[in-house]
Amino acid sequence: MTVPISRPSGAASHVPVRTPARAGILALVLAALLAATACASSTASPGTAPGTSASMASGGATPPSPDPRIGLGAGLLDAEEAIWNLRKLASAPPPRDFIGVTNSDLAFTGPYAVQGNYNGFMIWDLTDPTAPALVTSILCPASQSDVSVYGNLLFVSGEGLEGRLDCGTEGVSTAVSPDRLRGIRIFDISDIRNPEYIANVQTCRGSHTHTVLEHPGDLENVYVYVSGSAPVRPEEELEGCVDASPDVDPESALFRIEVIQVPLANPEAAAIVSSPRIFEDLVAPPIHGPAPADLEMLEEARERGVFAVQIPGTGEVYVLPQEGADRFLAQIVAQRGGSGPPTVADSTALREMLPLMLEQSMAESGFDPEAGPTQCHDITVYPALGIAGGACEGYGLLLDITDPINPRRMDAVADSNFAYWHSATFNNDGTTVLFTDEWGGGGAPKCRDTDPYEWGANAIFSIENGTMRFRSYYKLPVPQTEEENCVAHNGSLIPVPGRDIKVQAWYQGGISIFDFSDPENPHEIAFHDRGPVNPDRMEMGGSWSVYWYNGLIVSSEIARGLDVFELEPSYHLTRNEIDAALTVQWEEFNPQGQPRIVWPPSFPRARALVDQLERSGGMSDARIATVRQVLTNAEAANGAARASALNGLASELRGEAGSSSDSRRVNLLVEAVEELAGA
Amino acid sequence: MGKVPAPGVVGPLSTTFFEGPMLPRLPPPLPRPRIPGAWVMMASVTFVLLSGCGASSGAPVSPGPAPSQDPAAGSISAPGSEALTAAEVEAIYRSRIEAARTRFTEADVHFMTGMIHHHAQALEISRMAPERGASSIIQTLAARIINAQRDEIRIMQRWLEDRGQPVPEPHETEAGVRVHGPGHEHMHHMPGMLTDAQIRELTGTRGLDFDRLFLTLMIEHHRGAVQMVHDLFATDGAAQDEEVFRFASDVQVDQATEVARMEQMLSALPSGADAP
Repeated sequence: MTVPISRPSGAASHVPVRTPARAGILALVLAALLAATACASSTASPGTAPGTSASMASGGATPPSPDPRIGLGAGLLDAEEAIWNLRKLASAPPPRDFIGVTNSDLAFTGPYAVQGNYNGFMIWDLTDPTAPALVTSILCPASQSDVSVYGNLLFVSGEGLEGRLDCGTEGVSTAVSPDRLRGIRIFDISDIRNPEYIANVQTCRGSHTHTVLEHPGDLENVYVYVSGSAPVRPEEELEGCVDASPDVDPESALFRIEVIQVPLANPEAAAIVSSPRIFEDLVAPPIHGPAPADLEMLEEARERGVFAVQIPGTGEVYVLPQEGADRFLAQIVAQRGGSGPPTVADSTALREMLPLMLEQSMAESGFDPEAGPTQCHDITVYPALGIAGGACEGYGLLLDITDPINPRRMDAVADSNFAYWHSATFNNDGTTVLFTDEWGGGGAPKCRDTDPYEWGANAIFSIENGTMRFRSYYKLPVPQTEEENCVAHNGSLIPVPGRDIKVQAWYQGGISIFDFSDPENPHEIAFHDRGPVNPDRMEMGGSWSVYWYNGLIVSSEIARGLDVFELEPSYHLTRNEIDAALTVQWEEFNPQGQPRIVWPPSFPRARALVDQLERSGGMSDARIATVRQVLTNAEAANGAARASALNGLASELRGEAGSSSDSRRVNLLVEAVEELAGA
Repeated sequence: MGKVPAPGVVGPLSTTFFEGPMLPRLPPPLPRPRIPGAWVMMASVTFVLLSGCGASSGAPVSPGPAPSQDPAAGSISAPGSEALTAAEVEAIYRSRIEAARTRFTEADVHFMTGMIHHHAQALEISRMAPERGASSIIQTLAARIINAQRDEIRIMQRWLEDRGQPVPEPHETEAGVRVHGPGHEHMHHMPGMLTDAQIRELTGTRGLDFDRLFLTLMIEHHRGAVQMVHDLFATDGAAQDEEVFRFASDVQVDQATEVARMEQMLSALPSGADAP
């Protein structure tokens, strides 16, 4: 079917590029073509399906058609639903005090999910995932109430103006008040049924979100990165909060994040220890390079002979409007004492002159190159690799966090589509990072068939030697209505070995699970969606965030409560792959703190990789059948016999890796089988 | 006796609205003010005014759910104590959404009303980009502004409508964008609003000149919107409402981001008409 969302066709010629000039023209060409193609292109179905075998689930190779997400009936608890390759286990409405108030982010500890709400937070017991049981709920208003767990500590973000130190529900009636809390609240949850509010740390911009960070070398403290995007508080309310730019006042609360150190032995003493200015000296970074498909458009534009000039430092290209070009050409003609239409030599002269004109213009304008972003919306840390992804206004930053108190910027990218970077997710290897553009802040319907595919989407970058290279966009591949707020939002990896898979919330666009193992060709493999909350108007709702946690897919639904799903086997995700993911069990999980996924030795892990080789065609059908048989026999055997069979298989496979079209996965399989032999 | 204000419209008593604590967020069933006489909110005050004046304007008077005793701060709800039916959840949901709509101040209304005018002007000048021969990079920017601000106008209109407030109605025609309804008196007091002369000047440009003037004016305009959010947040009692805070924060962040981009674009335009 035709999905009426414009999308640069994914046709992948592998052109190695990062020519800034090209990148910029791309933006222009895209913009020009946008109107023309807005409703014309179709979304290619993800990949071509190699012949399915008995081992692959029969259904679901291509998304259902027509897409059942279109035309779903509205309702709060009785909206129509569409689901593909997922099974819903439960939907639990919030308790009375939280109904009709925004549910926000999630964190997990043991069998519990902590769900933020603008009125406080709830703790759910997911031991029986078909019936989430409310353990307790704490009424303590503050938006957005983003939550994180670390051991016995629970951190909650407060940004809104109505948050009170005493958790009162009456708001704060004055612009300057000693009662106001904007920052981080800390609760002791050693008794999960009775969370105790033990401390708070006030910050100058409040805490829109935060990120808990463990420093591998520091067992005595845990760190919290605070990202605030609201205006700076008055200095009369919180001492030292300076709204002036750092040039004027070095104590400025702009251009920085706050790092809170929490002593584990005495969390009440939590305090800000540093305010790194990770944005400073951020000279307009290059916009990202074009996707392969976009290069074709670029070449086409060049053939049309546009007058373009690269903007220094940004990689962006300014294409001279026709009027401007005509005028300059006329001047050139006049200067050489000629008349009539400009010649090819005149055009060449203008082309050569443009960069000088630009240089002169920039020098005259007194432009301040340090006018970078002033804040981060969200920071995802990946401590195991010592890196972090900062989603900071118009920039995506790659940070080195090996010293957690002094994060250092490694690279920065901006986007030709004026994205407002919102959050980041790394793949497990740290070779790919995905930034989301929460265009409109999540309160607007940005997935209509009239909204461009590149706006309000994910931008996927590969990371090579500390620099980021743009690969592609991924946006919910189905249009939503005017009544549904929809834009890219929070999600997490699903730990399937050998693949990069993310489950992501799209507000009322629902939940989309997609594979971005090939960062140039992300594609959807499962989804869930409801009709609008209200059939007649846009009312806030939808999935704020959705995460994989120990085999469950848990979603915080803004209006409806908590949804729990499990993955259904399909062509895109086999039972073995789902079972392999299940071998990854966490004691706690904070989505902004990305744990390194480590798969223990298991037969499902090996079988999952065999299934992937079947899907990719990286191993012959006959060989796959044999490998599966060897694994079955080994599983039935014990001790030395099992180890011997597995070691033999590993050794054979090692010899085959080089000749496979998917040698990466063959090597992963070798590793998986070897570890299994030694287990 | 003077004119009876429409429900929710603030009369001369408005300054008193900000003295007491705000309405409790949660509306439990019994009307029992925690601090009798001290709580305030617009709809209730309106109610008082109407009662006091023996109003008979015929306008529907809905004071909204009366404020009442807060659940204890930081209180813990008894786990699993209550199994609500779907119908009950839905009823609570609707009543809470309704109740939230009574929790606003004059400053919030002023902000939303004014920002519709402010956005309408951004639409007006952004719509010029294609016909004024703007470069594609400016056209992309203008398209994104139009898309974003049209949606935001709808959000603001809905917000005012839900609270029984007069709603400005921007009309987009070939001639430009005209706003009918309230708020004109604030037009030229809002930061960043362009004068008619500035708009005429922009209308008279093409191509490169248009690009340059467009960016210059739009930067000023966006900075004004950011300033309006700062002013709102600096007003006693304002933006306590979740919708207002979220909306205003989003406007502030989105437009501050765009300002940074536009400054880069502006500084990078080739020199003016004298060149080469």
